[in-house]
Amino acid sequence: MGRGFISRGFRGRRREPEGTSERVPPGQYLVDGFPVLSAGPTPRTPLLEWSFTIEGEVDGPQTWSWDEFQALPSERLTRDIHCVTKWSKLDTTWEGVSVDTLLEGVETAAGYVLAYSDGGYTTNLPLEEVTGGKAWIAHTYEGEPLAPEHGGPARLLVPHLYFWKSAKWVRGLRLMNGDEPGFWESLGYHNFGDPWREQRYWGD
Amino acid sequence: MDVPGWRGHRAGQHMDIRLTAEDGYQAERSYSIASAPENDRVELVVERLDDGEVSPYLTDELRVGDGLELRGPVGGWFAWDAEEGGPLLLVAGGSGIAPLMAMVRHREAAGSDTPVRLLYSSRSYPEIIFRGELETLAAGDGTLEVVHTLTRSRPEGWSGYDRRIDAEMLREVAYQPEERPLAFVCGPTPLVETVATALVELGHDPARVKTERFGPTGG
Repeated sequence: MGRGFISRGFRGRRREPEGTSERVPPGQYLVDGFPVLSAGPTPRTPLLEWSFTIEGEVDGPQTWSWDEFQALPSERLTRDIHCVTKWSKLDTTWEGVSVDTLLEGVETAAGYVLAYSDGGYTTNLPLEEVTGGKAWIAHTYEGEPLAPEHGGPARLLVPHLYFWKSAKWVRGLRLMNGDEPGFWESLGYHNFGDPWREQRYWGD
Repeated sequence: MDVPGWRGHRAGQHMDIRLTAEDGYQAERSYSIASAPENDRVELVVERLDDGEVSPYLTDELRVGDGLELRGPVGGWFAWDAEEGGPLLLVAGGSGIAPLMAMVRHREAAGSDTPVRLLYSSRSYPEIIFRGELETLAAGDGTLEVVHTLTRSRPEGWSGYDRRIDAEMLREVAYQPEERPLAFVCGPTPLVETVATALVELGHDPARVKTERFGPTGG
């Protein structure tokens, strides 16, 4: 879009509350609700059939059942989240297992991960964007088990990137030497997705 | 809208609109394209939200001759090309008709005979968007079926559905799972959740059910 364009007669109504504007990335606006966005039907996998797997460029894949996953140390965190469809939500509270915890003891030379989900959804990230305290497999939202429409029983949570990277219904991470575009990344959306650089689409 | 340099879109895609105030304040929202790719002009459907920021400007303030900053077309998943065939099952709620209307119009413009069933939920008869055009298209085309349901009020003598879309209605209107329809579902989140879940439970292949959610905050 061009620079210097003024929309005649537009003043804007939804100025962000005092003290929050520096937390809202360019082109985003704040919402109170939690909008739902997904490309297809909501998968409903029974917890007894659920598992989480680390695979790919590792010595041997590791898999956790739901009970084993629940027994891992969980962290509570409060983060702002930003959806590429323009909404942002401040101070969302989650509980989940840090990806660092899942990768403990995993030897890998991989530089990338592909998160994959029930329903066939995938999203790709550089490994360094999901390690070092940046990403979780979240199972609890605002103190309640994560609802299916929001990605329950568990979703990837990578709050510093646009929210499509926080794959709903996640079932595993595939560690890879090379980068491979995921679902939205193959369909016109940015490969990296940094909201602060407004990396929404190809070419941003 | 006239969009100079427009290179066309796929039916189902959306556009981003960015508004800029004199002090530099900006607001961006997405709107689905309702026009066919074959059309020279680009038509968007904007539902006015009383507490909205961009939709009241577009519906109340914007005049013929004003400029708009646009980005797009965007989105490659919720899209249909006539060559993909069908049958097509389109399910819309309210302004969620927009991307599905682009598909209906594209099918007509491309001369496709892919069978289409459109199940369209509106609050009341006057709120049915594109009612006249849908009637005209369906009247002249035996392979396009349009079924309405009105959830809040009905005109006297209304013989169509009078409730929110549910599994029973889908069982009656949707194609059989064995016909492997390609389903596009667009509307408010509760409608989309209900319809997508019901279609899967009726035996439709989840991979052939594509969804897009509309609403004040869902983009």
